[in-house]
Amino acid sequence: MGSHGIRDRVAIVSVGCTPFGEHWNRSADDLLVEAVNETLNPIGLGKQDIDAYWLGTAQRSCGITLAKPLELEGKPVSRVENFCATGSEALRQASYAVASGAYDIAMAVGVEKVKDAGYQGLPATQPPNDGTVRNLTAAAMYSMIAPAYAKKYGVSEGEVRDALSHIASKNHYNGARNPRAQFKREVSKEQVEKAPKMAGTLGVFDCAGVADGGAAAIVVRAEDAHKYTDKPLYIKALSLVAGNGSGLQDPNYDYTTFPEVVDSAQDAYAQAGITDPRGQLAMAEVHDCFTPTEMVLMEDLGFCDRGTAWKEVLAGTFDLGGDLPVNPDGGLKSFGHPVGASGLRMTFECWLQLRGEAPEQRSLGNDRNLALTHNLGGYPGEMVSFVSILGTDPG
Amino acid sequence: MGFEAARLALRSAGDDGCPNALWFSTVTPAYVDKTNATTIHEALRLDDDVPAFDFGGAQRSAVGALRTALNGPGTTLVVASDIRTGLPGGGDEVSGGDGASAVLVGDGPAVIAEYLGGASQSEEFVDRWRAPGGERSKLWEERFGETRYLPLGERAFQAVLKEADLSPEQVDQLIVTGLHTRAATALAGRLGVAGENVVDNRAGAIGNTGAAHPGLLLTSVLESATPGKVIALLVLADGADAMVFRATEAIASFQPSRTVDAQTEGGAPVTYGKFLAWRKMLPLEPPRRPEPLRPSSSAAGRSLDWKYGFVGRADPDTGAPQMPPLPSGSDPIPMADVPGTIVTYTIDHLVYSESPPVIFGIVDFDGGGRLPIELTDVAPDDVKPGVRVEMTFRKLFTSDDIHNYFWKARPIRGAN
Repeated sequence: MGSHGIRDRVAIVSVGCTPFGEHWNRSADDLLVEAVNETLNPIGLGKQDIDAYWLGTAQRSCGITLAKPLELEGKPVSRVENFCATGSEALRQASYAVASGAYDIAMAVGVEKVKDAGYQGLPATQPPNDGTVRNLTAAAMYSMIAPAYAKKYGVSEGEVRDALSHIASKNHYNGARNPRAQFKREVSKEQVEKAPKMAGTLGVFDCAGVADGGAAAIVVRAEDAHKYTDKPLYIKALSLVAGNGSGLQDPNYDYTTFPEVVDSAQDAYAQAGITDPRGQLAMAEVHDCFTPTEMVLMEDLGFCDRGTAWKEVLAGTFDLGGDLPVNPDGGLKSFGHPVGASGLRMTFECWLQLRGEAPEQRSLGNDRNLALTHNLGGYPGEMVSFVSILGTDPG
Repeated sequence: MGFEAARLALRSAGDDGCPNALWFSTVTPAYVDKTNATTIHEALRLDDDVPAFDFGGAQRSAVGALRTALNGPGTTLVVASDIRTGLPGGGDEVSGGDGASAVLVGDGPAVIAEYLGGASQSEEFVDRWRAPGGERSKLWEERFGETRYLPLGERAFQAVLKEADLSPEQVDQLIVTGLHTRAATALAGRLGVAGENVVDNRAGAIGNTGAAHPGLLLTSVLESATPGKVIALLVLADGADAMVFRATEAIASFQPSRTVDAQTEGGAPVTYGKFLAWRKMLPLEPPRRPEPLRPSSSAAGRSLDWKYGFVGRADPDTGAPQMPPLPSGSDPIPMADVPGTIVTYTIDHLVYSESPPVIFGIVDFDGGGRLPIELTDVAPDDVKPGVRVEMTFRKLFTSDDIHNYFWKARPIRGAN
C-alpha cells in the first residue's frame, strides 16, 4: 500500500498548444487536429505512430471524439473527465499507461469548445437531480475566501484586496508577453479594482477568462526519450486527490485553505523528493480560476507560510524574476479556461521554460530545473486537485 | 405560504397538533390535476395515512373547507392561501394582499374556540369572475353585488345566531370579510353589533388576502381573545357563510408561535418593479446563463425527507447531521425547526434566479451541522456573519411547469 509515483520512469518528449481565445470560426475538431499536429510535427511523428490516446474533455463523450477528426485507424482512445483538472487527468492516465509497459508511446490531448454555448461563463451541466443541488456560480463560491482569509489572519480587507489585484495584474502582465494567451494586454491594479462586481467582492478581472483551446503532450518510457528529443522533461510526480465534499458540511472548515490541494502537493513532493518547493522549483503553473484561489494556493502548495501569502504576493515573490515565478505564461487569468485543455496548457509552459524556449520577456530569472503544475476542479470544500512535478534531469 | 401558515398553526398547538386530515384551498394553485396539498403534507412530515385534499377553484372553497371540517369528525388542518393578482393600476392590485392562514379543527380540552354553529346562504350571480389561469378578475358594477350580498349576509347572520341561541349584542367580535369590500363594510354596520366590536379588516397593512382572509382575521382575533368571548365570522362569497365561536378557558394559556401582528410589523418594502417582476407582469432580461433543469420526479421521490422535510441523517462517527444525508447516514435528524447562524456569505450577480442577485450563506446550525444555502427575505446590506437564521420552505424556480420546492434560510425577525 502506498503512493509511489513513477519518478523518472516516463518522459515528455513533445508538447503543443493552440492559441486560446474566442475561436468563433474554429470547431473542437479543428482545435484537436491543431493541438495534435503541433505536438507530433516537431519530433517527426505521425498520428499512427502513437500507440494510445487519452482525450480530456468535459463536454464531449467518448474516444470517437478524437478518433474521428484525426481519422485514426485501430487506435485506443479513452476519453477522461475530472472537472477542471480534466487535461491533467489525461496526462496522468497516458503516463501511467506507458509506465506500466502497456504502450511505448502515448498522447494526452485536451480540448474544450466553450464558446458555442451562447452563455457567459463556463457551461454547467448536471445530471437530472432532485432540485436541491446548490445553485451558485464558481465565482460566488470562491468569493467567500477573501473575507474569511482577512478575518482569520487579522489582515484588513483592503490589504487582501490589494494582494488580489496584484495577482490579477501580475498574471495579465505575463499574459501580455505570450502570443498564445486570450488576453494579451496588461491590466493595472486600478483597473482590476474598478471592474464591475460579479460575486461578493470579486470583479470581472478577478475571474479567469472564458476561451476555447486545445493542448497535447507525448509521453514515452524515460530510456526512449532521447530518440525523440535532446531535451525531454522527466515526470517526477503526478498526484490526484478527489475531495469527499466534507468541507461543505464541516463547521470547522473556514474557507482559507483547500485540504485536497495540501494532500496532493504533499504526495507529489514525496514522489519527487522535494523538501523545499520554494527553493527547488524554477516555476509553478497554478489554477488561478479566481484571484483568491491563487492567493490561498501559495500557502497550500507550501510556497510560503500560513497567513503570509498576501504579503508575499505584494512583495513580488511570485512575479517573473521573483523568488518563485507563478503562472509565468499568464495563467487562467490570461488564457481563459477551456476545461479539458488547461492542465496541458500548464505543461506546455513548463516545457518552454525548462527547455529555455520561452521568450526573453517571460524569463523566470533563475536556473533551477524543476517545475510544478497545479490544476483543480470544483469548489472550496469540495474539489479535485492535481499536482505534477516535471524536471529536465533524470535521477 | 400555505405551508408556513400550517407550520405555525401546528407549532402553536404544540403536542395537541396532530391532524388526521389536511385540506388546502387556494384560488391560485401551483398545479391543477396534481394535488397541491400533498406538497404541504410532505413538508409538514405528516404520516402517510393522513389524507391531503385540495379544495380548489373559488374563493368560497376556503370557507367551505373550514365549515365542513367544523361539522366533521377528527382533527383537520384547514389551510387557505391566496395570491391576489390584478393588472397594474387596478383596484385589485391596490387592495389585494398575498397571505395564507391555517386553522386546526378538532375536539378535546386543547380547543381554544368552541364552534357554536354555522349557517349559509347561496345564490348564483356574476359579480366577480376570472377565467382559469387568468391574471385578473373582472367585476360587475359595484352596486349590483352590494345589493345581492347585503340580504344574503343578513339572512346567514340571523340564522347562525338563531342556531347558537345568541343575540347580536352578545357578539363580542364580528368579522365580516369578502372581496366585495363595500358590501362587507356596509353589512357590518347593519347587523346590530356595536361598531367597536367589528373587527378591523387589516386592509391597510396586509390588504385583502382573499381565500386566506377569513382564517387570517379569525387567527388574529383568537390571538388576543379571552375566555368566554363570542366571535362571529361572516364571509361573503357567492352567498354568505356564517360561523360563531366562543373562546374557551384553554385560550388563556394559548401561546401563538408567531402572531399576525408580529408578522405585519416585520415586513419590509418591495420596489414596484420587483413586485411586478415577481407577478410575471414585467418580464426582466434574464442572465445569460442556462436556465435550470426541471427537477427529476424520480430523484425527488427518493429524497422526500431531505427535499421536503429538511431532514438530515446522523453521521455514524460524530452524530452530527449530514445535510444532505450521505449513504453512511444513520438516524434521521429533522432540521427544519433548528435555527442557525451565518458564518460567511456571498452575493452572486451571475447565477440564474427569478429574483437576482442570489444571496448565499454558509449556515452553521445550533447543535451541529453546516449547509451552504440560499438566503431569502433579506436585503444584501443586512447580511453579515453572525446573523441568526431560520429555515423556510420555498419555491426555488419553475422549469417545464414543475415547481422546484426546497428550503432557504431567512433572518429571524427581531433576533438580529
